[in-house]
Amino acid sequence: MNDISSPPTGKTAAAGRTWRPATQLVRGGMARSGFDETSEALYLTSGFVYPDAASAEAAFANKLQRFVYSRFANPTVANFEERLRLIEGAEAVRATASGMAAVFAALMACVKGGDRVVASRALFGSCQYILGELLPRFGVETTFVDGEDLDQWRDALAPGAACVFFETPSNPGLALVDVQAVCDLAHAAGATVVVDNVFASPLLQKPLELGADVVVYSATKHIDGQGRCLGGAILGTKSFVEDKLQPFLRHTGPALSPFNAWVLLKGLETLPLRMDRHVASAERVARHFEGHPKLAAVRYPFLDSHPQAALARRQMKAGGSIVCFDVADGKDGAFRFLDALAMVDISNNLGDAKSLVTHPATTTHQRLTPEDRARQGIGPGLVRLSVGLEDVEDIIEDVSAALAAV
Amino acid sequence: MALPSPQPVDPVAGLSIDTRLVRGGTRRSHNRETSEALYLTSGFVYPDAETAEAAFAGPEEGWIYTRFGNPTTAMLEDRLALLEGAPAVRATATGMAAVFAALMASVKAGDRVVASRALFGSCHYVVSRILPRFGVETRLVDPGDLDQWRDALRPGAAAVLFETPSNPMIDLVDIAAVAELGHAAGARVIVDNVFATAIEQRPLAHGADVVVYSATKHIDGQGRCLGGAVLGDARFVVEDLQPFLRHTGPTLSPFNAWVFLKGLETLGLRMERHARSAGRIAGFLAEHPKVLDVRYPRLESHPQHAIARRQMRRGGAMLAVTLAGGKAAAFRFANALRLADISPNLGDAKTLIAHPATTTHANVAPEERARLGISDGTLRLSVGLEDADDLLADMEQALAVC
Ligand SMILES: Cc1ncc(COP(=O)(O)O)c(C=O)c1O
Ligand SMILES: Cc1ncc(COP(=O)(O)O)c(C=O)c1O
Repeated sequence: MNDISSPPTGKTAAAGRTWRPATQLVRGGMARSGFDETSEALYLTSGFVYPDAASAEAAFANKLQRFVYSRFANPTVANFEERLRLIEGAEAVRATASGMAAVFAALMACVKGGDRVVASRALFGSCQYILGELLPRFGVETTFVDGEDLDQWRDALAPGAACVFFETPSNPGLALVDVQAVCDLAHAAGATVVVDNVFASPLLQKPLELGADVVVYSATKHIDGQGRCLGGAILGTKSFVEDKLQPFLRHTGPALSPFNAWVLLKGLETLPLRMDRHVASAERVARHFEGHPKLAAVRYPFLDSHPQAALARRQMKAGGSIVCFDVADGKDGAFRFLDALAMVDISNNLGDAKSLVTHPATTTHQRLTPEDRARQGIGPGLVRLSVGLEDVEDIIEDVSAALAAV
Repeated sequence: MALPSPQPVDPVAGLSIDTRLVRGGTRRSHNRETSEALYLTSGFVYPDAETAEAAFAGPEEGWIYTRFGNPTTAMLEDRLALLEGAPAVRATATGMAAVFAALMASVKAGDRVVASRALFGSCHYVVSRILPRFGVETRLVDPGDLDQWRDALRPGAAAVLFETPSNPMIDLVDIAAVAELGHAAGARVIVDNVFATAIEQRPLAHGADVVVYSATKHIDGQGRCLGGAVLGDARFVVEDLQPFLRHTGPTLSPFNAWVFLKGLETLGLRMERHARSAGRIAGFLAEHPKVLDVRYPRLESHPQHAIARRQMRRGGAMLAVTLAGGKAAAFRFANALRLADISPNLGDAKTLIAHPATTTHANVAPEERARLGISDGTLRLSVGLEDADDLLADMEQALAVC
């Protein structure tokens, strides 16, 4: 039997050249074992063995770089992390069990009791819970602002802050935050800027290049892309990841399963193909239904009618996979539309190969008061459509027929 | 969690533990599969918008999203609850995620935690480094000393945390006595039951409020996947724990849950073998001239032998052995073993050995290590499922060269 004691191998770019993103997503971080497998191996192991007691001692004293325990690091998870790091252009990265575990860990690594966070109001529900309910129990206060309004950011940051958090485009309102402008304000206030880049994906928007310090992902969405596994990731500077984040992750344990990491790793290989299709179809759907008599409005970052279209074109390469409709007849109209869809599934997830539709006011954002919903642009007629990989003509036909039933 | 099932089955009411481990919690789909299905899905679909609305409005009505609940994970959770005799349970990504969530769901800034000094390293880090950063104060006590527990709990406390047997020195805590002191102080008593497993010890039956597991250890039992679980009363799990888990996301992969679910089917068999072999090895080592001390709950020489008899069914898989020749002898012994891998994990089918002073407890100050009873000659042994005679012969040859 072959003893796998030879060091991991993998080809790298020729001297003086760097691989383009699509190549990185197929080959980045490859670390083959002594069996010379073509596809990345799945290391379903919690522990690792040592040839002798002195090697174990050296590993725990950090004198020997190697795998110790899968809660700290695992070869399959490390392969996923490295590939994501290369595509994001970050110094360092850590994967987590879910997107929320990534958000929570990034925040916990930035703050302590007595600190202040400034965040945009239009946040994914669980992020709102962490900032609005959980952290205050541990002495951390959050000031919420309307993400589009730079004056509100300026006022809220004037007294200083430990951390700034926002998502752009927002879920589900597709409102944008000017990443560069808010980063400038935040840095002047001494804050670490954490951006939730889930809606844009690593291919359409580069928050780190726009000045952000930390980027978080729900890998559950476009990175898996086929609705199979939960996962998350945090990317930032080496010092943030190694000194602040890693101790929290290592000891509080929101570790990504190597099985999920393997699925997500293979998901990255097709990410550019899928995002191209998502974007082309979403844009087509948005343009096709803009002005439809049953719709009060269609929202999509790259429609000229989007109030922040200029900003979208400045900081995003494309508008993403999500389109929102304001159905004219409110909740009744929205429900009739959802119930009449023959192909598109009613499901609150997004970023899937399958097209999915959600009515945020009665599901994901049900916990909010009607006033808070209105402030985030979530009216009773709002419908969120995650445009999938089906043939776009089939999607358009299904949506058209369902709108006719409204 | 009691989430609705396509085919509710409760064939285990009144049945014994071994039957519950094989059949408890099974939910079959309309395909009527024999073995439990693996639901590798993040989301779920709804027949109409009204059902989606009701799912979000109701308390855990229907499957919504795998971060909140998943059919495969729920089967594991239900099987664990039936094994433990706990009203409610939530699975987590790791054992540390279980410990951290149980604590975070029990405390807020200004609260106090009283914990045993003999804690697993990461638990120690959570109570002494992370919680204080968020305004929670921690007092550590010697686990076997009830006077220290009493003193530390006198000013009141929100939570008590200990493990018994402890890692690595197999110290015991009198669960009933400390639970009583903890309750008098108004604390929620959380027990890390990893070393014993639910097969050997039921902390809830002795008065504890919450039990936490690293499923990575005996529940998987074959060293494949990380995972954890928190078990307790329904009010704690639904009102305090679930919101924390749901929103902060240390979610167990359904794949790992499936591995554990099948792992539970053999847990009874495995623990019986682990305990029988560990007992024999402990007895053998205790008689050996090169051995200074062996710690195993069921050895008469264990200083808390009476507590072990009271609260544990058998002694478990773990033992600590201290060799007369110090670190050099311990290293030679570990290096000479052919059937024990040097690896700091535990609760595996493969016998594993670790030298705590230079690995898991290398960052603990020497005085504190001494206080915990860890000397340079101490090794922690996780006895596996190999034939016990093979293991004994291997120990014998390794002791001969050290
Ligand atoms: C914008 C955004 N952030 C964070 C999350 C959380 O990710 P996960 O569900 O993987 O925990 C989600 C989706 O659920 C999301 O849409
Ligand atoms: C007693 C004890 N508690 C908790 C843990 C943490 O479990 P996990 O490694 O699954 O996070 C471990 C093992 O690592 C342990 O031995």
